[in-house]
Amino acid sequence: MTRDAALPIAVRQLTKSYGTVQVLDAVDLDVHRGEFLTLLGPSGSGKTTLLMMLAGFVRPDCGSITFGEREVIRLEPHKRDVGMVFQNYALFPHMDVAANIAFPLKLRGVDRVETAKRVEQALELVKLGGYGARRIDQLSGGQRQRIALARAIVFEPRILLMDEPLSALDKQLREHMQIELRQLHERLGMTTVYVTHDQREALTMSDRIAVIDQGRIRQIDTPKTIYERPNNRFVAEFIGESTFVKVDVTSSGCTFNGIPLSLAAQPPQTGPHHLMIRPERLAILQRDPADDVNVLPAIVTAAIYQGDSVLVHASLSDGTMVSVRASASSQAPLVGDHLNLGLNAADTYLLPPEEGVQ
Amino acid sequence: MSHVAGPNAYNLRRDALIERLALFSLTGPALLLVATVMLVPVGWLFWLSFLNDAGGLSPEHYLRMLSQPSYERAFRATFEISFTTTAICILLGYPLAYVLSQLPRRAANICMIAVMLPFWTSLLVRTYAWLVLLQRQGIINTWGIKLGLWDAPLALVHNLNGTLIGMVHIMLPFLVLPVYASMRAIDPDYLKAAANLGASPTRAFWLVFLPLSLPGLLAGALIVFILCLGFYVTPAVLGGGKITMVANRIATDIELFFNWGAASSLGVVLFILTVMILYVASRLVRLERLLGGGDA
Amino acid sequence: MEWLGRAATDTQITHGRRLWLYVLAGLILLFLILPTVIVIPMSFSESQYLEFPPQEWSLRWYRNYFNSTAWMQATATSFKAGILTMIVATILGTMAAYGLHTARIRFSGLIFGILLTPIIVPVILVGIGVFYVYVKIKLVNSMIGIVLAHSMLAIPIVMMVVSSALKSFDMNQELVARSLGASRVRAFFIVTLPQIRFSVVSGAILAFLTSFDEVIVSLFVSGGQNSTLTRNMFNALRDQIDPTIAAISTLVVILTSLLLAISQIFGKKTDQ
Repeated sequence: MTRDAALPIAVRQLTKSYGTVQVLDAVDLDVHRGEFLTLLGPSGSGKTTLLMMLAGFVRPDCGSITFGEREVIRLEPHKRDVGMVFQNYALFPHMDVAANIAFPLKLRGVDRVETAKRVEQALELVKLGGYGARRIDQLSGGQRQRIALARAIVFEPRILLMDEPLSALDKQLREHMQIELRQLHERLGMTTVYVTHDQREALTMSDRIAVIDQGRIRQIDTPKTIYERPNNRFVAEFIGESTFVKVDVTSSGCTFNGIPLSLAAQPPQTGPHHLMIRPERLAILQRDPADDVNVLPAIVTAAIYQGDSVLVHASLSDGTMVSVRASASSQAPLVGDHLNLGLNAADTYLLPPEEGVQ
Repeated sequence: MSHVAGPNAYNLRRDALIERLALFSLTGPALLLVATVMLVPVGWLFWLSFLNDAGGLSPEHYLRMLSQPSYERAFRATFEISFTTTAICILLGYPLAYVLSQLPRRAANICMIAVMLPFWTSLLVRTYAWLVLLQRQGIINTWGIKLGLWDAPLALVHNLNGTLIGMVHIMLPFLVLPVYASMRAIDPDYLKAAANLGASPTRAFWLVFLPLSLPGLLAGALIVFILCLGFYVTPAVLGGGKITMVANRIATDIELFFNWGAASSLGVVLFILTVMILYVASRLVRLERLLGGGDA
Repeated sequence: MEWLGRAATDTQITHGRRLWLYVLAGLILLFLILPTVIVIPMSFSESQYLEFPPQEWSLRWYRNYFNSTAWMQATATSFKAGILTMIVATILGTMAAYGLHTARIRFSGLIFGILLTPIIVPVILVGIGVFYVYVKIKLVNSMIGIVLAHSMLAIPIVMMVVSSALKSFDMNQELVARSLGASRVRAFFIVTLPQIRFSVVSGAILAFLTSFDEVIVSLFVSGGQNSTLTRNMFNALRDQIDPTIAAISTLVVILTSLLLAISQIFGKKTDQ
């Protein structure tokens, strides 16, 4: 399998409503050849519906889906040639591991010798070589996950769909599998659409992330862009922790509650804006700062000891609450202390003004 | 249904319709069979019950039910027998279910096989067995006299006694099963709590256990009563022709008198009574559930 | 008998004080089992009068049964009707249960209700209704008539058993099978059916027994060449107590137990 064999996906005007509930609202989406794209959104956002439409299990009201050159919107699921991994794995309990993986090959008329060879290869690929004769109920959660993956890729589909495949695993295993899935994708290079509600998972694994809310794609970009330069408040709040402070932009510069700020870039529009502050980009200033660091005075309202660090909640001069981490070893701030918080000009980001959003 | 405009909208709508029809058509054959062999005949009887001998519309058959004492007797017998059977089933079934629910699971399951055995044995086999056991020279009479329990053979069968014994035997599992299930569902902590709060064991049973098991008992009694209303075989055989329940009367009307109208009207009344009792009872049971907190 | 003094309940009533309850329960269990069980030894009695325990043992009543053309014909009819009913009701009932489970259409509740009516309507009403219609269309005393009526009675039972199995079945498995290349029909047969097969087999056995044990409808619509075993037994019971019936009853009990054992074995295998 090479990256060239992978197929790009193009979704146009995909719409679905159940009664008055609009699940998907004229969604357009392009997944590039061999790309790992994550659909990220809260539950009920429509991300799983979108995936199910790609697989052919949910019929949209209208729209178009093409795999490569081929229009597939009316194609039955079994003719789409996509691999799919479900949240609960859906392994067949009445078949052993090898029979589960051989299932798609059997349906494609692959002969016995070839089937055995490819099943074993798939097992090797997911690091479970020699597990073929096991019964499904003898496997752990992580092993089941790998078998489900092996079954979905053994017939070399040109598109792989995954619906929250790691959500049933414990945290440690989940983080381990994220890396493994990512490596596997790099080796196989099939176009992958991955659904999750876990932003960290999306950031770790994806080439690009499409953030979905209420049936619409709110932003589609690389993890770095999504995190650092969100298009709108929803994306900014959904991904990572953030606080917003109101600032005023004039042609001469930008001020926060009377304090002039230096920005990474002057926004195209003047007027009130929201400055996005990620807690990890704030620092408690001990000495006088460098020139390109904005100083925000604040009063400590709470200091919470967390072992490796102390989480400090503080109130800015306009009353906005921010949080910042102080190292546990340094002199920990106390409630009521006055602090100077520093924000690098390079780390400032103003959200584009949105209609109807204060 | 709002019509969405957009690419492929028409075809997608058509595909969805075809898929639904295909899935729906899976129920088609069963629906057709039940409709032709059940709804049509019963509907036809319903219609017949409103026709007089000349073929005109008339409530004659229903009026006769009120005026002719033999019909009234059949209905009275049906209700009396059903009621008595249900009462005996409660008296026997509740303690049995209680003991079973207190046993360890394994032992209870083995005993359950005994409860289910009559459930699975052919109705006629059981009826025959009772006939053999209860007759004048039957086992019960011979052993009863041999052991000196009574002197002359008792009339145990071909009368009301035989009918009731046979019906209780058939109906008992229907009562024990729901009662047992509802008793198993009672959290023993409730009884511990009652004892802790100062209730004597007897009072704990009456104030806590019984109310919690009541929905199961009500459901079981309801099933028993309704099934009893339609009994035919047991009264016909163990009643020896002396017991006429409504179902027997219906059969006689057909077999001896070929009076379809009369038989149909009886059947219709029996059916409507069944549905009415089911309806009323379903409300009652739900009410009971609400009052009982829905734990059982 | 130290056990009698031990506490039986959380409310500290001893087993001794509840002894009467145990005796009562035992007697009731005996009442439930005894009639069925006692027929078996009696069927091996030599005597015309059914005594217990039998004075002399013999296979006389079994010979009587197997040598009677009428009984043999009735047995054949019952088996034929039972097997055909099993086939028709199992297929139709399973299809209906699957259709209603997957279609999620607005009227599925109503359709389910209609398909359950044969359980609610008094059998005697069904019996004379079917008889009435069969007279008109000349299906009385025909095998097809018996099978149609019995299938109608058995469909709700199959449907309930299969529906409850589908409710606990993970439909994602069918989706996965389809995404891996199986058509809907194929996915049902190679993924869903093997996993609900215990229920389907149970439903089939229940359908067979429904037909095999059915008395009232058979009384009206079977007869002549196609008189069922139950119809003949019923008529024999009304006339006199023929010990041949003890032999037949014993055979029926054995058959029923065997069928139930089979369904249990199937169940065990699926559980693994």
